[in-house]
Amino acid sequence: MLIAGAFGLGALIVGSIFRPRRPYAEKLTPYESGNPPVGEPRYRFSVKFYIIAMLFVIFDVEAVFLYPWAVVFEKIGLYAFIEMIIFIVILFAGYIYAWRKDAFKWD
Amino acid sequence: MLPELFFGYFAAAIIIFSLIVVTRRNPVHSVLFMLILFFHIAALYLFLDAEFLAAIQVIVYAGAILVLFLFVVLLLNLKEETLIRRYINQWPMGVVFAVGLFILMFISVRSFLAGPKGEISSVLTGQSNVTNLGTVLYTEYLFPFEIASLVLLVAIIGAIVLAKKRLKS
Repeated sequence: MLIAGAFGLGALIVGSIFRPRRPYAEKLTPYESGNPPVGEPRYRFSVKFYIIAMLFVIFDVEAVFLYPWAVVFEKIGLYAFIEMIIFIVILFAGYIYAWRKDAFKWD
Repeated sequence: MLPELFFGYFAAAIIIFSLIVVTRRNPVHSVLFMLILFFHIAALYLFLDAEFLAAIQVIVYAGAILVLFLFVVLLLNLKEETLIRRYINQWPMGVVFAVGLFILMFISVRSFLAGPKGEISSVLTGQSNVTNLGTVLYTEYLFPFEIASLVLLVAIIGAIVLAKKRLKS
């Protein structure tokens, strides 16, 4: 592991010593598929991104609850199945709500 | 020797990256350094045999919460924020408080005693933490588990009500 780390780091250091370095304005601008960059990179993002992110977080947490459930499912059996169905149905109500409110639509 | 080395590296990295997070001028850089910070915290959880917690740390914190942070940073227009002078002038007072807090925490941590092993600790049951957690969560703590789904439902509705209203106006 030490040798592998040293090799990776060493190659980068040796490369930075020997490679030529001639920066000029065109080289240092951000690459935008060959077009010259227009305007500021930082502008207000739409709040639409926020809804998507928030919904992602919520369903991510829901998925987290599924992991230990899947592990102990064989041990608890039908009982676990029913309680998970209740859990998912409650969250599915939220999903339907989000759908009906057009939260998944972009405009 | 190896555990000390492992813990030492991750503890030191956590402190260093936390400092980097609060001192960056660009908030997006702060969030990205926080990602590295979260991965190091996950490694510390692994070190404590809490493999499920480590997975949650990566999936929920590094994966989801950080995305939320990033979107909030991008939602607020922080262009002026990067230019103005940061940190108020009362830093000597801040240092006094920080040192005092450190001493207080040092004293209280030193007086900690190791408690008896928990009933469902993986040392006693001989099963993995995920199995133990699942067994307890889906039988004894069934009701809080279902409440959690209601909390998530409220979060969905809250997010949509707050953000959608602003879209229409």
